Amino acid sequence: MVIKNPEHVIREITPDRLLGEVMAFKNAKLRLSQACCAYSEEKLHVSYSFANDDTNEYTILRLVIDKDTEVCSITEFYPYAFLYENEMKELFGVNIQMINLDYENKLYRINEEAPFIKK
Amino acid sequence: MAKQSIVPFGPQHPVLPEPIHLDLVLEDEKVVKAIPSIGFVHRGLESLVEKKDFNEMTYVVERTCGICSFMHGMGYCESIEHIMNVEIPDRAKYLRTIWAELSRIHSHLLWLGLLADAFGFESLFYQCWRMREKVLDVFELTTGGRCIFSVNKVGGVLKDMDAEMLKVMLDVTAGIEEELKVIKKTFLFDYTVESRLKGVGVLTKEQAHNLGAAGPFARASGIKMDMRTTGYAAYKDLDMEIITSEAGDSFARCEVRINEIFQAIDLIRQAISKIPGGELSAVVKGNPNGEYFMRVEQPRGEAIYYSKANGSKFLERMRIRTPTFANIPSLLETLKGADFADVPLLIVTIDPCISCTER
Amino acid sequence: MGIVKRSPWLLHYDGSSCNGCDIEVLACLTPVYDAERFGIINTGDPMQADIFLITGGINTQNQAVVKQLYDQMPSPKVVVAVGVCACTGGVFKECYNIIGGADTTIPVDIYVPGCAARPQAIIDGIIKAVALFQERADEQEANQKGQKTENAALNEAGKETGNGN
Repeated sequence: MVIKNPEHVIREITPDRLLGEVMAFKNAKLRLSQACCAYSEEKLHVSYSFANDDTNEYTILRLVIDKDTEVCSITEFYPYAFLYENEMKELFGVNIQMINLDYENKLYRINEEAPFIKK
Repeated sequence: MAKQSIVPFGPQHPVLPEPIHLDLVLEDEKVVKAIPSIGFVHRGLESLVEKKDFNEMTYVVERTCGICSFMHGMGYCESIEHIMNVEIPDRAKYLRTIWAELSRIHSHLLWLGLLADAFGFESLFYQCWRMREKVLDVFELTTGGRCIFSVNKVGGVLKDMDAEMLKVMLDVTAGIEEELKVIKKTFLFDYTVESRLKGVGVLTKEQAHNLGAAGPFARASGIKMDMRTTGYAAYKDLDMEIITSEAGDSFARCEVRINEIFQAIDLIRQAISKIPGGELSAVVKGNPNGEYFMRVEQPRGEAIYYSKANGSKFLERMRIRTPTFANIPSLLETLKGADFADVPLLIVTIDPCISCTER
Repeated sequence: MGIVKRSPWLLHYDGSSCNGCDIEVLACLTPVYDAERFGIINTGDPMQADIFLITGGINTQNQAVVKQLYDQMPSPKVVVAVGVCACTGGVFKECYNIIGGADTTIPVDIYVPGCAARPQAIIDGIIKAVALFQERADEQEANQKGQKTENAALNEAGKETGNGN
């Protein structure tokens, strides 16, 4: 079997460059593989992963932002990102604006607010 | 214009073993829109990283889902091993591969049974589950568990298979292969089954790509993607072709999964013929520091295990993205324009695993 | 004691379990373990069910669903909690969204341990539930009979004093 497993690329960018970068990936016909958030040292680390299924290349866009920084939704380019973005919004309180289907923090309907943020 | 009505579907429904809720907007008998609401199984197990150290987390991760439990444990362990630069012994790699492929057989047989149940073919359902029990017997023989095995650990595996066990495994898989050839005829060449599956819930290649579908669901629409080609565990030494189909309907999904069972049996044979001797696990010292996105091919598709560690024994973040999560948008697309009576069938065709999805 | 034995119907609901117990419950109902030989049958309709098999713990969202399913079942009813999560919350007990075992929401009669619960244990639980259901049904019947005779006696008394119609 032909094995292709290139090193993952992690690229840190600023929130204002996010949409431009994502559009480039969309035009290159990459698949949004996942989006997730991590909380580390009072900062939110948001990762968007893009996969190329022919070459198995895996590129990760990383935003390192404060809790209240506004992030624009990428659902304009990848409509199916709405589940990931709603999840980040509810569990981490990431301030994501303009999601095409916004559950208003009611995706999992949990009682706690942003449970992954350590108090 | 036809009158619109909204029918709530789930969370408790005879065809669903697990709870998911959909609000179906109907125009007469046709579905125009489906709005999902999930969260009935949400536990928040990712947050347990604060309370359990990275070794104990293996057991929590395995309990994300009882169907693909083994691969969850494997994916998590491989992500930690990548961060810590641990090279696990070859025998452990092969054992992981064998158990993983056996899990695939069990999961696909389970799905075939549920599909037969969804289109109302009770005896076929029972036949598939009877065959599945044989796989579970092998699991019990080799690991001691039927659903959740806990044989993975960071650095290798905990249990070994002796020559006798490997022989039993070859015999059982050969038996399943023979029986599956018989059952395959009913699934793929029976005109009643065909009439329920052919042309139902078509998803074109382009749609599947645009909606980020994964796994057999995407492969049935002609997308060539399989995370096993990244060569984790022992897959780099084994031969396989990615199985795809072009039609993109429910029938194609059934066909792809049946062929994947044959492929899994073949992979097990190759692995057993090549398995080297040696240690079961490598020594793991210290705590992980770094991050890694591990991608493995689960029975339902690409699963991602993201671990982020900061040098302490508690991880900073552990995230699981499961294939069903990626397949929900495509499901909503296939539901549009479907008959109301086909809705349970279409939900089953993505092979939903809700407890994975919501964690 | 009734003349005929009861054949209770079984309802299965997955609380927030990991699926392991669910597929074992389903495996119990398929030919290899065949729990149906004990006179039960699986149903998807709570309004016709007598035994409620619940797997997995209770979280904030499914609490209302579980409560509603329990309320929709006719009396008498028996609740079986299958698996350690349904008994106590199990490995997920410390998760933020888990309230605890099934008994935090509905009264549980029989606890089946295991992670995942083995089919043998589940069948044992089902047999105990069938016996308990028989007991409760007999009790209810006796009560109803008692009530009938009481009512009849009251009616008689009413007639005698001339107030009854």
